[in-house]
Parts: sequence; structure tokens; C-alpha cells
Amino acid sequence: MDKTINVTLKIWRQAGPKVKGHFETYKLDNISTDSSFLEMLDILNEQLISEKKEPVVFDHDCREGICGMCSLYINGHPHGPDSAVTTCQLHMRRFHDGDTITVEPWRSNAFPVIRDLMVDRRAYDKIMQAGGFVSVNTGGVPDANAIPIPKKDADEAMDNASCIGCGACAAACKNGSAMLFVAAKVSQLALLPQGKVEAARRVKAMLGKMDELGFGNCTNTGACAAECPKCVPLSAIARLNREFICAKFKD
Amino acid sequence: MWLFNSSVGRKFVMSITGACLAFFLLFHASMNLVAIISEEGYNMICEFLGANWYALVGTLGLAFLAVVHIIYAFALSIINYRARGRERYAVSDRSNGVEWASMNMLVLGFIILGGLCLHLVNFWAKMQLVEILGSEPANGVELIKYTFSKWYFAIIYLLWFVALWYHLTHGIWSAMQTLGWSNNIWLPRIKCISNIIATIIVLMFVAVLVWYFVAGNCCCASACAA
Ligand code: HEM
Ligand code: SF4
Ligand code: FES
Repeated sequence: MDKTINVTLKIWRQAGPKVKGHFETYKLDNISTDSSFLEMLDILNEQLISEKKEPVVFDHDCREGICGMCSLYINGHPHGPDSAVTTCQLHMRRFHDGDTITVEPWRSNAFPVIRDLMVDRRAYDKIMQAGGFVSVNTGGVPDANAIPIPKKDADEAMDNASCIGCGACAAACKNGSAMLFVAAKVSQLALLPQGKVEAARRVKAMLGKMDELGFGNCTNTGACAAECPKCVPLSAIARLNREFICAKFKD
Repeated sequence: MWLFNSSVGRKFVMSITGACLAFFLLFHASMNLVAIISEEGYNMICEFLGANWYALVGTLGLAFLAVVHIIYAFALSIINYRARGRERYAVSDRSNGVEWASMNMLVLGFIILGGLCLHLVNFWAKMQLVEILGSEPANGVELIKYTFSKWYFAIIYLLWFVALWYHLTHGIWSAMQTLGWSNNIWLPRIKCISNIIATIIVLMFVAVLVWYFVAGNCCCASACAA
């Protein structure tokens, strides 16, 4: 049988980037514990629309944990209290009847609020554009197995490639640092022979862009890896440091 | 210059200065231990590290490291505070395994700095400084006996050591991670190494403190009783 709960929501409302925001409290009754967190917000918005009020703005797209759009800070955790899931994969069964749920946007200098719970995460795109790619000439596609790659390296590169660029790492960090994201993006290529060729240029460009955009300095608190929905490991940051320091000493 | 204007460069400076200071502490603490084993031995070390050129160069080097470490600590903390943004989270849950020390390095650093000032007044000013100025330095062991027999000094120094322990448990592995000496296998290991080194350093300091506190106060007690 379907179990339902009643919850109180404390949601951050902010009309625009320059406007002062505040919390608004809403009561929602009879929410199925089988519904997802975003479905619950959809129900809230339907209710608000029927009351002729402004619906809550929040980011979402795939709703299956692969696009990295959903970005809510729920009860003190990016992507909510569950570990290794995105906000869209969070379900209401994680909450109890009568709970008060506080929902905030990512709060970081480099991620300004656009409206309500939606923030501008183009900073991550800019870091990618600075060097998060492999340059290739167009032409015939080489066979995937032409260059042998040890399974260990392939697996580790894949673990880093699982980063969806959601921004939870910077949102969780007390220093507003984007190191886990940059580390994942540098690692996924630096671990593979095709990516090694441009590794030094890439790490300098991406890290330089990260600093320029106003992200903080990593002090190894580890909050990022603890909150990352894709479990990108903290050791990726050590690889980023290693790559960067070596590149600088070679100059 | 990448050591000033890149985040990893700044952390590189922080980790090198921090690690050198930690090495100095290891050396300092082992010298102190001699005071328990042999009082003459300790005074010999004091004489050896008086106002000689090598001791002075060492002191200047240390002062330089400490000043750079502290300036960078402030610079990093300010940049990081700004990067966090103006608006703060209303609810933040810290039950995700983030070390307490890692969040409070600056506060711990302040306590260490305060302790350091007291320590310089208590010991350095009466030993090396006096010698630099041309007079006879105080007797090292006597100075330890005097200082550590006072309960208030004992408590302040103990608090200082506790702060140092927390700072080092995070600092040592953090420095290794910053230098890139870490991977999935080594991360738990360097955390463990960090705890061991921090504990060894702090225990050596505490041993001397406790030894002379007990010696000082028990002698007093027996003297009073007599
Ligand atoms: C004997 C004295 C000290 C030792 C051995 C020491 C050692 C260390 C080490 C090894 C680190 C780690 C560096 C890294 O994460 O890369 C560190 C970080 C730090 N220290 Fe110290 N430290 C000392 C004194 C101080 C003082 C006096 C202050 C401040 C007033 C201070 C403030 C900090 C701060 C804020 C950090 C964190 C910076 C970061 O991780 O980016 N320390 N320290
Ligand atoms: S490293 Fe993890 S938390 Fe950071 S952007 Fe990638 S998936 Fe999100
Ligand atoms: S909506 Fe795509 S990851 Fe959550």
C-alpha cells in the first residue's frame, strides 16, 4: 500500500540575482513516499499555481542522475541526506511524517543565484572550455583497441569520468573550491595515453581558469568527496596537484 | 609567479613551510627529551645551540618559514572566505566525516601563535636573545624546572600542545596530499602516518612538561612536609 507523509518545506525564494532572498514556509500533505524529491516539488508548484502564486524555480533535466542539472542543498547536504545520489534520485521515503525540510540553492561566490533555487553554473563550463578536452584532427576514427590501456588505468579514468559537473563539490566546500570537479576532469584524461600528450597545458589552463573565476583554495577538508553524488575520490585532487606542480617545475 | 597567484601554488608554499616547521618540531622535541635523560647533556645542547652562526642561521630560517606560513594562512583564509559567497547556508550538517581540525586550522594556528609568543618570552628571550646581546644565557634546565613547576604555565603549555596536535594531525597528511603524494591506497596510510607523527611530537613535549611538573611539585611537597 502507498504510504503518505505530511511535510513542511522551508524554501529559499529570491526574485533575481541582485534581490535579497528569504525563506518561505509551505505545508504539503499526503505526499507519497514513493515519489521523488523533484516530484514533490512539482506537486508544490501545482499547488502554488492553482493558488495564483509564483512557482518555485529549480533546475532539473534528465531526472535520472546523469545530466548534473539538479542542484538543491537539502537539510544541510548538497543533493540531500542520501549518499551517492543526485537530487533527482532522492526519494521521499528518506523523510518522515511531520519533517521540516530546508531547501537552499548552492551558495558559492562563483555560482550566483539566478532565481530561487536555480544558480548560474556556467563557471564549470568555462573551466571545461579552458582545456578539458583532447585535440584531435578529423579523419578516420582509429580502432578503440589500437592503443592498449591497462584495465586499472581505464577503470580509474572511468571513475573520474563519472563526474556530471553538478557543482555539489564547490557547494559543499567551506572554501568554495572547485578542486574535486577540476581534478576529475583533469584525471579522466591524464590517466589515458591520448590525454597525456596535452596534460601539462590542460592542467595549467583549467586550474588558471578556476582561480580566475573566484573559486577558493583547497584545504583538504574532504567535504566534496563525501557529498559527491558520483563518489569521485579525494585522491583525484592529489593527482591534480601533482600534475600542476610537475608542469610548473618543468616550465 | 605561480607560488602567489595560483591556488595550488599557494597551497604548495603552505605545505612546504608547514612540513619544514613540523620537521623542526620533531628535532626540537627530541632535544627536549634529553632534559629527562641527562640534565648536563641538555645544558650542553643549549650551549651548542647558543649564539653560534649556525644556530643563528637556523633561527632566522625558522622565523622566515613561520612568517611565510602565517602570512599565507591569512591570505588563504581571506580568499576562501570570499569564495564562499555572501549568503551562508541556514542549515549545514557536518556529520559527513569531515575532520574537525581541517575546518579550524586558522583557529588552531592562532592558539599555536599565542603559545609561541609565550614560549619565546619564557625561554628564547632568556637564552639565545640574552646571548646575542652579549650577556650570560640562563641555565636551560633550571629554566625548565622553574617554568614547568608553575601550575598555570603547565596548563597553558598543555593547551598549546593539544592545539598543536590537532593542527598536525590534519596538517601533515594535508601537506602530503597538497604535494601530490597520495592515491586511493595511500590516502588512508598518510592519514595514519600523520596521526602517528603528530602524536610522537606532542608526546615528547608533554613528557618533559609532566616530568618537571611532577619533579618540581613533589620536591616542594616534601620540602614543606619536612
Ligand atoms: C609550529 C607551528 C606550525 C606547524 C608545524 C604547522 C604545520 C602546518 C602544516 C603541515 C599544514 C598543512 C599544509 C597543507 O595543507 O598543505 C598547515 C596548515 C595551516 N596552518 Fe600551520 N603550522 C604551524 C603554525 C601555524 C600558525 C602559527 C598559523 C596561523 C596563525 C597556522 C595556520 C595554518 C592554516 C590556516 C593552515 C591551513 C591552510 C591550508 O590548508 O590551506 N599554522 N600548518
Ligand atoms: S566531482 Fe562530484 S560533486 Fe563535483 S561536479 Fe563532479 S559529480 Fe558533482
Ligand atoms: S536532473 Fe539530471 S542529474 Fe538530476
